Amino acid sequence: MQESNDILNEVTSGDYKYGFVTDIDTELIHRGLDEETVRIISAKKNEPDWLLQFRLKAFRHWQTLEMPTWPHLNIPPIDYQDIIYYAAPKKKEGPKSLDEVDPELLKTFDKLGIPLHERAQLAGMAVDAVMDSVSVKTTFKETLAEKGIIFCSFSEAVLHHPDLVQQYLGSVVGYRDNFFAALNSAVFSDGSFVYIPKGVRCPMELSTYFRINAANTGQFERTLIVADDEAYVSYLEGCTAPMRDENQLHAAIVEIVAKERAEVKYSTVQNWYPGDKEGKGGIYNFVTKRGLCKGEGSKISWTQVETGSAITWKYPSCILAGDNSVGEFYSVAVTNNYQQADTGTKMIHLGKNTRSTIVSKGISAGHSQNSYRGLVKVSPRAEGARNHSQCDSLLLSSTCGAHTFPYADIQNETAVVEHEATTSKISEEQLFYCQQRGISVEEAVGLIVNGYAREVMNKLPMEFAVEAQKLLTISLEGSVG
Amino acid sequence: MLDIKNLHANVNGKEILKGIDLSVKAGEVHAIMGPNGSGKSTLSSVLVGNPAFEVTQGEVIFNGKNLLELEPEDRSREGIFLSFQYPVEIPGVSMVNFMRAALNEHRKYKGLDPVSATDFLKLMREKRAIVELDNKLASRSVNEGFSGGEKKRNEIFQMAMLEPKLAILDETDSGLDIDALRIVANGVNQLRTPENAAIVITHYQRLLDYIKPDVVHVLYKGRIVKTAGPELALELEEKGYDWIKKEMGDE
Repeated sequence: MQESNDILNEVTSGDYKYGFVTDIDTELIHRGLDEETVRIISAKKNEPDWLLQFRLKAFRHWQTLEMPTWPHLNIPPIDYQDIIYYAAPKKKEGPKSLDEVDPELLKTFDKLGIPLHERAQLAGMAVDAVMDSVSVKTTFKETLAEKGIIFCSFSEAVLHHPDLVQQYLGSVVGYRDNFFAALNSAVFSDGSFVYIPKGVRCPMELSTYFRINAANTGQFERTLIVADDEAYVSYLEGCTAPMRDENQLHAAIVEIVAKERAEVKYSTVQNWYPGDKEGKGGIYNFVTKRGLCKGEGSKISWTQVETGSAITWKYPSCILAGDNSVGEFYSVAVTNNYQQADTGTKMIHLGKNTRSTIVSKGISAGHSQNSYRGLVKVSPRAEGARNHSQCDSLLLSSTCGAHTFPYADIQNETAVVEHEATTSKISEEQLFYCQQRGISVEEAVGLIVNGYAREVMNKLPMEFAVEAQKLLTISLEGSVG
Repeated sequence: MLDIKNLHANVNGKEILKGIDLSVKAGEVHAIMGPNGSGKSTLSSVLVGNPAFEVTQGEVIFNGKNLLELEPEDRSREGIFLSFQYPVEIPGVSMVNFMRAALNEHRKYKGLDPVSATDFLKLMREKRAIVELDNKLASRSVNEGFSGGEKKRNEIFQMAMLEPKLAILDETDSGLDIDALRIVANGVNQLRTPENAAIVITHYQRLLDYIKPDVVHVLYKGRIVKTAGPELALELEEKGYDWIKKEMGDE
């Protein structure tokens, strides 16, 4: 076993490709968090008073809260007064057209594989690019507007579509929801806003790319997606950050509302800097994501491929309020070196004949800890609710940990709830068999891991499936055993 | 093609091979027979570089290269193929992805471009016919849920895909019924050319009725104690291994 551990170690010690820093003037506010901080952020964004009041309420509530201690995570104390809560790339002087994005920023996103120039834009995909606390540019905005689709940065939505924002902000994740939700509600800076009108099928993938650049800052973005009756949208989120020795905090909120027979697919390829091989640095990714299947027959699917972050705390969930509504959660979470992840989902069945599917694939290597935590709740009036959960763990080393914490709270006896779980290891025999056929260990691990994760990868939009497959292999480079 | 000189090997610190000398030329089929525990499977494992086995002495030259210095995957790419006695299951990895990865690695080693999807599927179709595997094969995971016979046929199918110079069949006949044995042997025979060679490791004469060897060796206690023509296999079938043991002064 020792020998194959060495091999796996070698295979899973690949380097982080997105660790560069963009040299750009950044506007920062003072360090620390108090009412003044909240007011400054709100003022910077010229927000209406109701939003400032929302933030202040959240801030005051946050002050009464403690960080959650129930996750299977070892989180070092975080000094919330040592973080800068607003950082914006400075705009160059000159004509202020939307296309006049700083060339440095364009270059940065180019390097990340997200071209923002009109000519090079990704076909079939509209992108909102967010750096630190602000949105840099949103592509294809006009094309989408022709169909009545609103896709813009959150700040813009507050200014141009205040009624929609006010109606839905906090309607799925209230500021009282949890510690990080309260924090985000107080200091959130930018993010994306999507509204798909009645009966409209969004003709292209929408996506937001989040980039942390500035040091000593936190990123607190907020995404709100509303799909009106019979609307459809597929949305993808990607993220990266520079390599730094100190940890950086990322506490986001995503809210989704799906009305009658509407469908929202939300995919995440999360590749925040995971820290180095000794576990130094990396992003703390504490995120609250929740979708409300409000209307009859609506559907929300979460697909996540999680390879980054030093610590991940995240449970994309569905509230199945509408009768016959459907919730899905497909997840691949990879942890390597000293990464920790406590991730999973909540499926809350409220409506009749609601269905949910959970497929979670954990892959752990190195000294990492990888936990699945999930709740299936069936309320007394959710007649005929169905859930199928499958939680698999794949271990690539003898020093990592994989844990499963499934909770079920069933209050209606017509419910059918199934749970399956497996744990497996890549064996030395499997690796040798591949080698005997001419396949190197690295590639064999890639094949096996991608085969193991296939069910989830198949749910990603095509354009990203290949990218995500590569990411999976790279994240485990140097880790096989 | 293959020259083994004074090969010694250990497993878990215990010496199993105690000085093997063996020379295989292109176009030849060698059978290696012997009682259980004589070191037959150890020899095949050592030749393909299984890390569980440690070579302590001797050398192996394959087409002019020092085989023992090569990584297992490079031995494969150089043209050595092992049909495993116990093929390993790899859940989640489809045969089509597995074989394409393997074939492309072999091609890269030779400086060739990856095979196109169309050519690859055509090749799969052609080669699986040799061992009468059906078209569901491509989408199934490697060896997962295969019957014993299917696993062995799948080994020969992979051999057909990779066209090795030297094929080592490690007890490919074990666990096969007579029909599967015939299919496997037919497959092997179809793949014989004047340029390649095979080492057939077996306990019984049965397989050698179908795959005619040029040379038969008897391996006993980690040494080759007898080498002769095909008639030796028949003699062993008739008399068992006891006379060898007697001849060696063990009984």
